[in-house]
Amino acid sequence: MSQTATMTGSAPVASGEVVEARGPRPKPFFTPRKIIIYSVLVMFSLYYLFPLYVMVVTSLKTMPEIRFGNIFALPQAPNFDAWVKAWTSACTGLTCQGLSPGFWNSVKITIPSTIVSIFIAAVNGYALINWRFKGSEIFFAILIFGSFIPYQVMLYPLVMITREMGIFGSLQAVILIHTVFGMPILTLLFRNYFASLPQELFKAARVDGAGFWRIFFEIMLPMSLPIFVVALILQITGIWNDFLFGVVFAGTQNYPMTVQLNNIVNSAQGTPEYNVNMAATVLTGLVPLTVYFVSGKWFVRGVAAGAVKG
Amino acid sequence: MQHSVSIKDLSLNFGNVKVLEHLNLDIAQGEFIVLLGPSGCGKSTLLNCIAGLLDVSDGQIFIGGKNVTWLEPKDRGIGMVFQSYALYPQMTVERNLSFGLRVAGMPKDEIARRVARAAEILQIQPLLNRKPANLSGGQRQRVAIGRALVRDVDVFLFDEPLSNLDAKLRSDLRVEIKRLHQRLKNTMIYVTHDQIEALTLADRIAIMKNGVIQQLADPHTIYNKPTNLYVAGFIGSPSMNFIAGTVDGTTFTAADGTKIPVGAYDFAAAPAGSLKAVLGVRPEHIFLGEDADDVPYRTTAEIEIVEPMGSETLAWTKVAGIPVTFRCSSDIPLNVGDKVTIGFDIARGSLFNAETENRL
Amino acid sequence: MADTAVPLEAGAETAHRPGLLKRILFHNLPAKIAALPMMATVLVVFVGCTIWTVYYSFTNSKLLPTGKFVGFDQYERLFQTSRWNVSVTNLVAYGAMSLVFTLVIGFILAVLIDQKIRFESAFRTIMLYPFALSFIVTGLVWQWIMNPTLGLQGTLRNLGWSNFSFDWIANPRMVLFAMLIAGLWHGTGFCMVLMLAGLRGVDEEVWKAARVDGIPTWRTYVSIVIPMMRGVLITAIVILGSGIVRLYDLVVALTNGGPGISSEVPAKYVFNYMFSGGNIGQGLAAATMMLLTVLIIMVPWAYLEFGGKGKRT
Repeated sequence: MSQTATMTGSAPVASGEVVEARGPRPKPFFTPRKIIIYSVLVMFSLYYLFPLYVMVVTSLKTMPEIRFGNIFALPQAPNFDAWVKAWTSACTGLTCQGLSPGFWNSVKITIPSTIVSIFIAAVNGYALINWRFKGSEIFFAILIFGSFIPYQVMLYPLVMITREMGIFGSLQAVILIHTVFGMPILTLLFRNYFASLPQELFKAARVDGAGFWRIFFEIMLPMSLPIFVVALILQITGIWNDFLFGVVFAGTQNYPMTVQLNNIVNSAQGTPEYNVNMAATVLTGLVPLTVYFVSGKWFVRGVAAGAVKG
Repeated sequence: MQHSVSIKDLSLNFGNVKVLEHLNLDIAQGEFIVLLGPSGCGKSTLLNCIAGLLDVSDGQIFIGGKNVTWLEPKDRGIGMVFQSYALYPQMTVERNLSFGLRVAGMPKDEIARRVARAAEILQIQPLLNRKPANLSGGQRQRVAIGRALVRDVDVFLFDEPLSNLDAKLRSDLRVEIKRLHQRLKNTMIYVTHDQIEALTLADRIAIMKNGVIQQLADPHTIYNKPTNLYVAGFIGSPSMNFIAGTVDGTTFTAADGTKIPVGAYDFAAAPAGSLKAVLGVRPEHIFLGEDADDVPYRTTAEIEIVEPMGSETLAWTKVAGIPVTFRCSSDIPLNVGDKVTIGFDIARGSLFNAETENRL
Repeated sequence: MADTAVPLEAGAETAHRPGLLKRILFHNLPAKIAALPMMATVLVVFVGCTIWTVYYSFTNSKLLPTGKFVGFDQYERLFQTSRWNVSVTNLVAYGAMSLVFTLVIGFILAVLIDQKIRFESAFRTIMLYPFALSFIVTGLVWQWIMNPTLGLQGTLRNLGWSNFSFDWIANPRMVLFAMLIAGLWHGTGFCMVLMLAGLRGVDEEVWKAARVDGIPTWRTYVSIVIPMMRGVLITAIVILGSGIVRLYDLVVALTNGGPGISSEVPAKYVFNYMFSGGNIGQGLAAATMMLLTVLIIMVPWAYLEFGGKGKRT
């Protein structure tokens, strides 16, 4: 009925009078379309949020409470005992020092890897855009293509190389590997960013007689803060979340947090303590989650930047 | 008489920002109306409201006598052409033209007939099997016009259709749009910020500023009798010369004391007593040398800058201490520093109230 | 600058031009020095290590890569090993499902988010946060949720739904779907972000034109918008595809290949043979097969990319 009414531009009301169409189109608050949209979104949101809820809730429970068998239930008396144990004394199968050594190893790996990889990639991107030389584009093409090669293909030779260099099983080895494998995406990021800056700026600096490094440090870097933030987010989360390189190159003493976490949960002897496991899982996820929630839109930019074609 | 498009008391707000305010506009059947104004004046917004692409906050829109305020764009009897052409990039020209009709479930032979007619009118038959990516800008815009054409509607809406084209193509397509209008004789509403397009195409121009129509009139009136200072300054290139001062009876006194007789001016309403005013004279209404003999005001001025434009010459000088430009034939030799006699054709000038900025 | 590379006979014109070798070496010298890490990475790691791996996959290396050349023996053994064949089957099955569902869900979510909804940024934040977490965290939390006795199944049975069954993680026939649930949880938000960027990249006037033409929204998506997003779709497929081939951490954390070998994947096979199985040649052969898989995905894509660029100029 309302369909025919709008066709003539006026809507009959109960009394039989005709209301002329005027102002905004009448929009009911609930339309089937809106209900479908929001209910699908809410359903998916529950799917995404459920594990976070379960993780946190479980970590705050006691083992008897968990054995009662209700993962939905809120903890009766929330306590951080499991968190303390996960941090200080949970067993990884070999030692019982909890996650804390892994946390500090991850810090020791993430900070230098992030700095070194971003610096090298920034220089690469700058050289690729402003100081092209014969073959530079070919190197870049192979670099990008190489980023799709599974790590497993290059893993063993890299073990041999780092062993030859005498750094296998040390923090330096992991840092080197992160720098190498972070290079394609970061170089792409910086290359695209520098390409978007006005070339006149670079030319003006050259006319003023500035050289390679002076232009880089005094002109390009001060203009690159946004892309540094994106790269920083990308690398901190990426390196913190790495498992494969840590387990292969770091050596037992230097295992990063992800490896320690997996060992605590999957290699521990005896009856599993799910509250400790979940506390350890939350703790490991805390750093990237903090980065994610603090950085907001920047994280999205970083994620999307990886997909932008070069 | 029934209007083709009629806008009654239209208002549009985005939050607290008033984009259009109590706007009224009646457009006759077959009329070519140009909405002209700088960016942000609300002209494109108004067009989108007419198309039904934007919901209005208040007021009504009638098209062909029918209240279409709540109707979907497709039911309003309009066709629209966009600045970025907005062609469907993965479809051939033929499919671009026919897609809307197919979706509407029109019989195949009728679709074919309409596409053929549009292609014939716009001379795009050879392009029918190409994709937009393989067309030039001008060809794309023709296809976009064709897409409006096949809808077989009474009202065409153009949203800055020539802005993405280079100068040469722009003037070519301008002529084609005019030809199209002469052939189809349907109502066209055309948004642009280019005053040349407006002056050449329009039956009537609506000059807009801050969501309000400043003046709605035919190009000749707009150009020669601008209703206020804004319109006077916006239309015309180079723009009108303005001299501030006071008007008292038939004498205009500039700020520096120069007296200019304005008895020849056709006052709408003669001001009572002394009034702060602005005198506006277009560069082509300032005469040089002997030509200036018959005009009410003459003075001697020194040439400061000469800009030869080919067909004519533009010269800069000072009158009453204010920079003034005038046009003259390019045959007249003018040099910087020359002292020349110039005269103002006051009858064709404009006088504005300095406070209300309205024409006197 | 004195020029020693050019013989005296070359004359005055060429005397001032540096020799070819010198040009290659010294033109833009600081840039070349600065790009040395990149060149080393490309030559040593991406080219050198890959060739090394392919070469040594044809040897019978056991504990050390010193073995003698044995042709395709390692590959023959590889495809006679049930664990490898299971791994490949799993990867194909999981990969196909993961790719399709990630793309479809990612696209649908992006479309819904794009409907000028309220709380858009809240929804986006919720959908993308799993992507910030590691696969290890993802695997472990879902391992706990799918724990048959104390997880979702146990909970719902305790709550009275006594025949509720959700033991996929312990069921060899269903374990791939368990992986899928965890994998989709981690990756669909990322796909949504890509798709949303693609949707927002569509010219708004195209939407307006479609509305004037009277084309229904769903039809506009299907006939106009999706074809326009071809580039984003291809990029998403390539990124997701190469991620699927690498799949390792998630399996290690979620199932460690179990129950039995029912959720093994190639990357894990390679790792085990290289670092704990003591059969390097076998691991390298498996790695080479992974490389081949990626090439099969990448080469058509690269061809399309370069082909497209060639046409545009």
